Amino acid sequence: MSIATSIEIDAAGLYYKELNAQIRDAVSEGALKVVLKNVTGQRYIGTNLYGTVDRDTLRKLEIEIHGTPGNDLGMFLDGPTITVHGNVMDGSGNTMNHGRIVAHGRAGDITGFSARGGEMFIKGNAGYRVGIHMKEYGDMRPVMTIGGATQDFLGEYMAGGVVIILGLTLKPGEAHYCNHVGTGMHGGMIFLRGNIEPHQIGTGVGMPELTDKDAELLTNYIAEYGRLFDTDVSEIKLEDFTKLAPLSVRPYKQVYAY
Amino acid sequence: MKIEEHQNNNPSKPAQRKASDFKIRSNRLSEFAVQRDYDRCIKCEVCIKQCSFDVHYRDEEDDLIKHRPENCVGCHRCAVMCPTAAISITPNPAQYRAHGSWSGEHVKDINRQAETGGVVLTGSGNDKAAPVYWDRMLINASQVTNPSIDPLREPMELRTYIGAKPASVKVKDGKLASEMPPQIKIQMPILFSAISYGAISYNVQKAIAEAAEELGTLYNTGEGGLHPDFYKYKDNTIVQVASGRFGVHPDYLNAARMVEIKIGQGAKPGIGGHLAGEKVSESVSITRMIPMGTDAISPAPQHDIYSIEDLRMLIFALKEATNYRVPVSVKIAAVHNAAAIASGIVRAGADVVAIDGFRGGTGAAPKAIRDNVGLPIEFALAAVDQRLRDEGIRNQVTLISGGGIRCAADIVKAIALGADAVYIGTAALIAVGCTLCQKCYSGKCNWGIATQNPYLAKRVNSEIAKNRLVNLVQGWSHEIKEMLGGMGINSIESLKGSRSQLRGVGLTSEELDILGIRPAGM
Amino acid sequence: MRDLSMVCNPYNEDKVISACSIFGMMDVSGKPFSGEPVFRAMENMHDRGNGLGGGFAVYGIYPEFPDHYALHIMYTSQAARHETEQYLEPRFLVERSEEIPTRKTDGINNEPLVYRYFVLPKIPKQSEVTEEDFMVEQVLRVNAEIDGAFVFSSGKNMGVFKGVGFPEQIARYFRLEEYQGHIWTAHGRFPTNSQAWWGGAHPFCMLDWTVVHNGELSSYGANRAYLETIGYKCTMFTDTEVLTYAIDLILRREKLPPEIFARVISPPLWEEIDRMPEDERKLQTALRSVYGGLLMNGPFSIVVANGSQMIAVTDRIRLRPLTAATKDSTLYFSSEEASIRLVSLELDHVWTPMGGVPVIGKLGALPVPEQSTKRNYTTSTPVEVAR
Repeated sequence: MSIATSIEIDAAGLYYKELNAQIRDAVSEGALKVVLKNVTGQRYIGTNLYGTVDRDTLRKLEIEIHGTPGNDLGMFLDGPTITVHGNVMDGSGNTMNHGRIVAHGRAGDITGFSARGGEMFIKGNAGYRVGIHMKEYGDMRPVMTIGGATQDFLGEYMAGGVVIILGLTLKPGEAHYCNHVGTGMHGGMIFLRGNIEPHQIGTGVGMPELTDKDAELLTNYIAEYGRLFDTDVSEIKLEDFTKLAPLSVRPYKQVYAY
Repeated sequence: MKIEEHQNNNPSKPAQRKASDFKIRSNRLSEFAVQRDYDRCIKCEVCIKQCSFDVHYRDEEDDLIKHRPENCVGCHRCAVMCPTAAISITPNPAQYRAHGSWSGEHVKDINRQAETGGVVLTGSGNDKAAPVYWDRMLINASQVTNPSIDPLREPMELRTYIGAKPASVKVKDGKLASEMPPQIKIQMPILFSAISYGAISYNVQKAIAEAAEELGTLYNTGEGGLHPDFYKYKDNTIVQVASGRFGVHPDYLNAARMVEIKIGQGAKPGIGGHLAGEKVSESVSITRMIPMGTDAISPAPQHDIYSIEDLRMLIFALKEATNYRVPVSVKIAAVHNAAAIASGIVRAGADVVAIDGFRGGTGAAPKAIRDNVGLPIEFALAAVDQRLRDEGIRNQVTLISGGGIRCAADIVKAIALGADAVYIGTAALIAVGCTLCQKCYSGKCNWGIATQNPYLAKRVNSEIAKNRLVNLVQGWSHEIKEMLGGMGINSIESLKGSRSQLRGVGLTSEELDILGIRPAGM
Repeated sequence: MRDLSMVCNPYNEDKVISACSIFGMMDVSGKPFSGEPVFRAMENMHDRGNGLGGGFAVYGIYPEFPDHYALHIMYTSQAARHETEQYLEPRFLVERSEEIPTRKTDGINNEPLVYRYFVLPKIPKQSEVTEEDFMVEQVLRVNAEIDGAFVFSSGKNMGVFKGVGFPEQIARYFRLEEYQGHIWTAHGRFPTNSQAWWGGAHPFCMLDWTVVHNGELSSYGANRAYLETIGYKCTMFTDTEVLTYAIDLILRREKLPPEIFARVISPPLWEEIDRMPEDERKLQTALRSVYGGLLMNGPFSIVVANGSQMIAVTDRIRLRPLTAATKDSTLYFSSEEASIRLVSLELDHVWTPMGGVPVIGKLGALPVPEQSTKRNYTTSTPVEVAR
């Protein structure tokens, strides 16, 4: 392995096209760590790195963001790890394939939309339609861990993958405030810590018991969440989780007349 | 295999016809041909038992099941029920000489009248090829600029409130501070229209009432009163007050969620009704509160309504009688000045205006009226909605349109033209088994729907029929939701009066103007 | 401006389609501030517009005329100006009239003449019409009847500045750096219809109330049918026009509070209403069944303001973005959080409201984030801020 090179880019006043081109150039030239300062809303960070270096190298690439990256952060991401010291806006991890997005803040709407692989860690709350249409294929399975709570339509028509909601921003005893959870879900699973009323959950979603495999997965991701955000997770008990999984892989079979 | 071939196989029985093989003397060609595949026929006599029109019979001498096609009404009951699928009913290939002006139907009707001297009676709705304007309107959908909404996942609301609406809502300290007129919550903008017990059988009305209950909508008693057994469906019942006032009394009025004054019916505007004595069974007699076996005559007008102020008098009489607890609807047939009439009805104090188009169904109507009087519902609805808007009174009233609603798309188009909800009648009866043979007036309905004959009526199992009705309305509701989602809206009120969601194909500019829509491509 | 449909809607569409960026900034202590951060925030969201419309509403800019209506009028010719001034003369006491100061700006072309008039209405003695209704009627009449004239701002101690261009260009053109206000709202427009018109830019204004709007109302036809039945005339074929009339009807004419306005245009779902306590359920059922024609269906986020409050709300299933934030006594609304961070890196609170739940800043009171991050239909209790 060659010596990792790190490069810093001041994003202040840069248009997203220019900023992303600079990142691409840096990666092509061998940078394994790119630090972005003063990011204010530049879109598609991490999206344009395909073909810059070989796949293995891309998987070692780290992008560190200070500020507020724009919409579609890490869209189509295929390898790198993006760490954001701040909040992320809408569409982070959109159709992500591989890699990792870590946000030391909150996330906007449609976080992880259609993700097929990779990992996301959001320290705080997230917005509407988190994990919408996440999917999995073969050994690719996205896992998203949200430290706080989300708004409506969490895991809407989820087709695969794992969403873990730790509910750490809820007050003790406070119920989740998201409605229409898992509506149309036909694959994957949601692990949700905290109280949730039956009316908040979409039809066709069941609440099976946690399996040993589930427990192992949860334990690992909770530990990783604690490590990444330097948070004490010892209070998080597996028995506080509700598992949500689809009752059928074909929830709409009855809707059609043949 | 045809009968001729069969005879060739039985040379011992020469082709000899007995008198009973001959049809009743008439100049009329049979409307239908009955074809029986004798290789398939197992002589089980199901067809004989199923046909109340005496089409099929057993010829003991020939040991064959034979038929009298001249009696056939084309209801297809025998063909459907035949266990070996041996029967097919087709239009009679033998037709009169083709003529551009004198259709076979004209010739047959003339003969029928020449034989009897009567009015040509029919049932069900207008079967003529008058333009169905629903089919000339196309619905919009979203692309890019506003998202379409997926109704299977996202909320999609069809709930509708029937009843008059005040101009505004007053709020004090976060609470409702204005009085709301009576409102009825229905879960989808689809109601079952007026079909009386008498016109249809007990089991069918029961099925409709139970379907309304299960669906969370309303059914309408028609002008036939309310059978004592059906008071338990009162939360889903609209009772009608029509010119005959059959079965109308305080219990009846107060059993309902809504009272409807029937001025007219789309299938027969301007004329009354006539339930033949044959259909006035004991149970119908109890319900209508008239002696068994007598004709039940509904006069053409309501004889206490000769003008709009008289209508107001009846509306408020009904409101008094129900202690202002329920909305009062006024149903009219779609006629040429429907817009002005509807405006008068609103000003007379009605909470709901129901308009019934000329393709609406009936248990019995003179064919001359059914096929020639009235207006297509599409035009009547567009004109009424526009007039009420121009006069600033549209928001006060609920507008229900009926008469020729065949599918979910028709409903979407009706609401985009301005309706709050639709009445369905014929579609409901088709769901129960009706095949549109149009002989409802005969009382011999082979499908057990438009009959009081217990032997026929028991063919409808009310629970199965109820399930079929529920399935139909739920299927339509799904389709409506799909179309709403396509337009990017998630609640039915956001479609109401939104004529820009429609475009016309093959319409003249006058027709487009009346419908208030633009041609496709513009 | 006779036949506005010709200038707003040359292709005679059902409605003109546009998407956008919106931003709002209010100091609830009432202290006026320069719009410079607003211009920067809008410039940061440049890509959400396409240069075919930008504008600002600023409150508190004419303290020397607190009781006069400030009419901002755009003219396509001097003749239109003369005709309009002749129309105004018998109906108003015109305290001052002047050309609105502008500067030549790159990217701003075909600019109309823009004038402002500080006026008091002369309402006939025997007339029973209220001053506000008189003003609305006059504004709509000038717009509908005088060819080449368009009143685009008509409130007191406030003004709308808008036109065809990117918002930062419009700000430069109108020399907005010279104004100070305690509320600024802003808009960058992305119409799909290339023939943009100055009057069609946002904010839309009706007396003191203004609105900037991102999104498209899929229910436009139903909303328009409802409002036209009441007597509003939709001449511009934009969905923002129906929003403006809904604001006028519910907030100005019916005087219902902004929480109720939000529940009319973005009502809760029936299933939520069914779960409400009885009083709430009765109220909400009445609102939905009476004002069903004002349900704004389809994606939107809006910022509505008058001199004393700034309100943001989205559609009920939040199909358009909105971020709210506070820092000291300042309230921010934006399509994108990054634009808020750009002008104030440190924030006390930053949050995304639930779909349909309004965030309301009033003079002296900042909104409490928890009241809009969760669905809570009881009336809000804001945080008091010293003025």
